[in-house]
Amino acid sequence: MRFTSYEFLGFLVLLFPLYYLVPKKWQWGVLLAASYLFYAFAGWDCILFILLTTLSSYGVACWIGWRASAEETYLACHREEMDKERRKAYKAKEKKRRFHILLLGLVFNFGILAVLKYTGFAMSGFNQILNVIGQGTLEIPDLLLPMGISFYTFQTMGYLIDVYRAKTKVERNPARLALFTAFFPQLVQGPISRHSDLAEQLYMPHSFDRKEFIFGLQRILWGYFKKLVIADRILIAMKTLLADPEEYRGGYVVMLILLYSVEIYADFTGGIDITIGIAQALGMKLRENFNRPFSSHSTKEYWNRWHITMGSWFTDYVFYPLSVCKPMMKLSKWSRAHLGNSLGKRVPVYLATTVTWFLTGLWHGAGANFIVWGLLNCLVILVSQELEPLYARFRRRFPNLSSSNGYGKFMAVRTFLLMGLIRSLDCYRNVGTTFRLWGSMLTVWNWGELPKGMLRLGLGVADYVIILGGCLIMASVSVMSAKRGLRERLYQHPVLSWVLCGGLLIAVLLLGAYGIGYDASQFIYDQF
Amino acid sequence: MNLKKRILIAVCAILVITLILSFLQLLVVPKYRSNPEGAMIGEYYDQAGGHDVIFVGDCEVYESIVPATLWEEYGISSYVRGSAQQLVWQSYYLLEETFRYEKPRAVVFNVLALKYGTPQSEAFNRMTLDGMKWSTSKWKAIQASMTEEEHFLDYVFPLLRFHSRITQLTAEDFQYAFDAPAVSQSGYLMQTNIVPMTEAEEEGRTLSDYTLPESAMNYLEQMRLLCEKNGAELILMKAPTNSWAYWWYEEWEEQICTYAEEKNLSYYNFIPLCEEIGIDWNTDTYDAGVHLNVYGAEKLSRYFGALLQSAHHIPDRRSEAETSARWQERMDAYRKQKIQLEKE
Repeated sequence: MRFTSYEFLGFLVLLFPLYYLVPKKWQWGVLLAASYLFYAFAGWDCILFILLTTLSSYGVACWIGWRASAEETYLACHREEMDKERRKAYKAKEKKRRFHILLLGLVFNFGILAVLKYTGFAMSGFNQILNVIGQGTLEIPDLLLPMGISFYTFQTMGYLIDVYRAKTKVERNPARLALFTAFFPQLVQGPISRHSDLAEQLYMPHSFDRKEFIFGLQRILWGYFKKLVIADRILIAMKTLLADPEEYRGGYVVMLILLYSVEIYADFTGGIDITIGIAQALGMKLRENFNRPFSSHSTKEYWNRWHITMGSWFTDYVFYPLSVCKPMMKLSKWSRAHLGNSLGKRVPVYLATTVTWFLTGLWHGAGANFIVWGLLNCLVILVSQELEPLYARFRRRFPNLSSSNGYGKFMAVRTFLLMGLIRSLDCYRNVGTTFRLWGSMLTVWNWGELPKGMLRLGLGVADYVIILGGCLIMASVSVMSAKRGLRERLYQHPVLSWVLCGGLLIAVLLLGAYGIGYDASQFIYDQF
Repeated sequence: MNLKKRILIAVCAILVITLILSFLQLLVVPKYRSNPEGAMIGEYYDQAGGHDVIFVGDCEVYESIVPATLWEEYGISSYVRGSAQQLVWQSYYLLEETFRYEKPRAVVFNVLALKYGTPQSEAFNRMTLDGMKWSTSKWKAIQASMTEEEHFLDYVFPLLRFHSRITQLTAEDFQYAFDAPAVSQSGYLMQTNIVPMTEAEEEGRTLSDYTLPESAMNYLEQMRLLCEKNGAELILMKAPTNSWAYWWYEEWEEQICTYAEEKNLSYYNFIPLCEEIGIDWNTDTYDAGVHLNVYGAEKLSRYFGALLQSAHHIPDRRSEAETSARWQERMDAYRKQKIQLEKE
């Protein structure tokens, strides 16, 4: 059941009243049933995998929790007879035991993800090697990829790690953990929530709050506007550009970079708006996943504003643990001793950053292009970090210029273009093709034919006007939202609020690229 | 602001939004002026009632039967509820709906549509179904006709289907948004052009299976029962044509003959009767043998009218003042359109 289908809207229309009409203690049960019903639309066989993740995580979390309480009980019972050293040794032993249990859960669940998502990629790589040595090829199995597997696996594994770190409490009710894993609005494309943020909200009773409900509906509508009016309209041109990349070189590559930047932003943030809006209408508050990423002045800042929950997941559960793990400490010591303090201290940080970005790329998809995409992001961040002293000198030398509004805008545009360039790896899905087409931007000078050429991509002048108008509205709302309380202020002026929402609804219905003749596609992040 | 005031504003806003959307819907739905085949089904309701014969079927009906000729020559009051590629279940549900408006003595069904057993094309579905007034018949017709890409809600709110036309609106869309003149003459779509058939097509392309689809035959049977229930005689016909696209095979003919014999129905295949009817494929077709033009259709209607009156006892109503007056208007319109089209 796609977010953009009539069935999904019907599903929400039934769910909202049901949710608020049932006794409050049953609300989370309704959500669980709704979530599994939503998931069942993706295929009954997919349910098996989400159940496996839920049950294994439940078992592992309870096991870790049981060991932790056993440790506490043991220490409490033997407080008198154990000295500090013995207590420390006992704790360390127990921690190691819990870590092994955690590892079991992580290996099992990431194993499922790896097998289902990366077998094809690994085997095609292996086949290339076999080809080179003339040993033929292996048949690549067509494995099922359950909807949202990357998102729910990461969310649930985050919960396991938090249980291990005692940052969240163990969920003793498997049905409740099932709801946390399968909460339907965020199944498709996140945000990746933390157990400590979401769980209580899911299980606690919610009374109908008119204002929050209206805000939720407004946010859903706004999400549909971005997705259907802007993203799916651009998709038409993107499909033409990508159908024959070698035909569309030079200036077209620049156009593709610009169009795809807008498309993925409207698509992903639109989907997240729908997700957060649904949760808000149900009385819950999910973490924001975007914070005006295109206003970022640097790549690092961009990644703090784009897909925030994924970034923070990798930071908390990959980068930090990797940076402070024993082998990394040893490497740090060694590199400082052999490469000097300045360079030596960078080695473990750079290694951890590279590994994190490699995994981020791999998370996005099973393909060399995603890995290269991740590593290029890493490279840009590390180079920027290395050049920081230079920037600092520049800022000291030209304080007025570097603090001016124009310079800020320049940096934002620069970051936007750089990120767009790297992001095009995601479009072409082939590293060689992407690099070749990047080169064509310098070698093929076909800007003159662009005005006519752009009208041969499946979009007419009216479509570009709609896209441009949509972008202007999106940018205006983004700027106004930055000043707090846009919807609050609108709530005080119901007539204006209705005019704007009515206009938005009409725009979605009339200008949305949906229905026969259009391919109101899945959200781009569905596939990740 | 108090709750009452908020509710009042919300109700007003919803009303205004609904009005705007309704207007936009009227604007974006196709008006079928340059391609009038989609406008005919909806024209029936202005003339519903008082017909002794109702014709249902695809283009072979609305291009071959001229109710004006049937009236002029025999005083037969008839109407053609045909539409482009009208599938047999669409004919059935149109007929079911027609029986709610009137009780004809005879229903004539053109059998070519029996070759289709599954939904075919969204565009043709729209031409048949959009014109129908909402009823259980329309509901069932939509359910039976939808292709995989279609959605029922798109029929309920055509704006959802045709919204993309907003960027392609023409003056025609504004002109005919609220009211549009009829394009047909009692369901007959007049064509005055002459495009002779240059080469006779001897035989159709070979099919892997010549069995008419079971689902189509089931609907034919349902149509028979429906007519029986409503006291109407079901008559089967096959319009004359001579093209690949509309080829009529011997095997199909046999199946229809067997069915007609079993159910004691009259069946007229006009293909072998072309010479007797007087159809000249050099002058009586507007598209090289695919369909008849008005001259061929008038000839066929004259021939068929005689059969309807002699073999099926369809009465001559010319002596009835009220019916006659109504038909006089239609005859005037028919003649006017013929002259106008001939001039063009």
